[in-house]
Amino acid sequence: MRPSTIWFTLKQGIKNIKRNWMFSIASILTMAACIFLFGIFYSIVNNVNSMTKKLEQEVPITVFFDEGTTQEEIDKIGELIKVRPEVEKMEFESAEEAWENYRNIYFDGSDAAEGFKDDNPLVNSSNYHVYMNDIEKQSELVQYIQGLEHVREVNQSEEAAKTLGSVNRLASYTSIAVIAVLLIISIFLISNTVSVGISVRKEEIGIMKLIGATDGFVRSPFVLEGMVLGLIGAAIPLIGLYFAYSSAVKFVFTKFSVLTSVVDFIPVADIYRTLLPVGLALGIGIGLVGSFWTTRKHLKV
Amino acid sequence: MIDLVDVSKSYGKGLPAVNHANLHVDKGEFVFVVGSSGSGKSTLIKLLMKELDSTSGQITVSGERLEGMKHRRVAKYRRKVGVVFQDFRLLRDRNVYENVAFAQRVIGRPTRVIKKRVPEVLQEVGLAAKYKSFPDELSGGEQQRVALARALVNRPDILLADEPTGNLDPKTSEEIMKLLEEINDRGTTVLVVTHNKDIVNAMKKRVVTMHDGIIVSDEREGGYHEA
Repeated sequence: MRPSTIWFTLKQGIKNIKRNWMFSIASILTMAACIFLFGIFYSIVNNVNSMTKKLEQEVPITVFFDEGTTQEEIDKIGELIKVRPEVEKMEFESAEEAWENYRNIYFDGSDAAEGFKDDNPLVNSSNYHVYMNDIEKQSELVQYIQGLEHVREVNQSEEAAKTLGSVNRLASYTSIAVIAVLLIISIFLISNTVSVGISVRKEEIGIMKLIGATDGFVRSPFVLEGMVLGLIGAAIPLIGLYFAYSSAVKFVFTKFSVLTSVVDFIPVADIYRTLLPVGLALGIGIGLVGSFWTTRKHLKV
Repeated sequence: MIDLVDVSKSYGKGLPAVNHANLHVDKGEFVFVVGSSGSGKSTLIKLLMKELDSTSGQITVSGERLEGMKHRRVAKYRRKVGVVFQDFRLLRDRNVYENVAFAQRVIGRPTRVIKKRVPEVLQEVGLAAKYKSFPDELSGGEQQRVALARALVNRPDILLADEPTGNLDPKTSEEIMKLLEEINDRGTTVLVVTHNKDIVNAMKKRVVTMHDGIIVSDEREGGYHEA
């Protein structure tokens, strides 16, 4: 296509948008709502994922052994656990270390612990802290460890694992459903806007056909119109969301400072590395699909 | 240049709009197609423009067979055939220059070519001075000249005119016909569908008469006959 033809097509596309400005605004707003919700869900799902990952690595399973289990047997159990694919890392804590940690936490600064003198009340408490890379496989791993010889008890935070997993799934499924509905509405509205443009320009299209315009030439301003509507509709919420995200993170940390140590939001720049191109491509893509489909349906050239 | 061999076109179960028509037009000829309303003249133009497909028979225009022509080929074919209508079909929101340039734009001509060619063709039709005017600021005759300029700007082999003087007074009609004759003198084959008895009789050109879809007469230097 020649530059002059591209310029001509571009001008025609913009002219169409201006002519049907009410329909154009409706399309842009629906698209904006769609991309805005997409952005919100994308941010939520990613943050929940990131927090889950962090928890997966921070909340370990603790494995205790039968009374009288030798260090050699404990090492053997350690080897068997370490080779499991869902295990990220593991640490051994001897009975002495366990008592030391307990004292530090619960008798901090008091003399009460001195009463035990050299008797370790946690003599059978040597254990492994097992950190996982996928918290959803926790039950599976716990079952495996419980089946091992000389294992007395396995402590796990099953509820946390289950809750985080289901929150993540719920957010994903809800976002997919909402976005799918909005996508359909966006395609429909863009298609509607383009068909109004076609009906307004029916005479011009007829003349174009008679003087030898190709199908592509007749269709391209309408397809371009759809893509421009999609682009604008995507750009507006993406800009808004950029500032809203930063403000929301700031708000949460200021108002609920207790959360600072618990939650860790992904920086907005990291979110936008994917969200920006995906959001824009989604907007332009919906515009392209909606307008191309309509021109194929209504433009018998 | 134009060859119709046993061409018929039916719209429904009734009489065919064009019925077993045979017609041969040589390069550079000027032909009138006359007949009463419903005689099949406009259907003939539509068949030649490939707006309609014939039901049977063969149509060859400028070396191209129209039946079975691939859809994507139609646009290229139409660039060889200029067409003007009774109602001019100009774009109201564009001036004279833009209306004519539009025909070059849609076939992808570069701007520098358009800037050279459009004034040339406006000169040919006698509208060079009014290139900035909008259609509503022009008389009927002037609007038809713009339509002619638009049809000629891409240098077609054939010019089809469907009732080009239907909306014009006798004097303006004469001027338009004179212009068509000049276009024909420059080598373009011209086929004019008309009701205008006076002009057909005055110009002494080839006249093809249609009645109920049938070509009933074909005369060199003929006149207008009621079929």
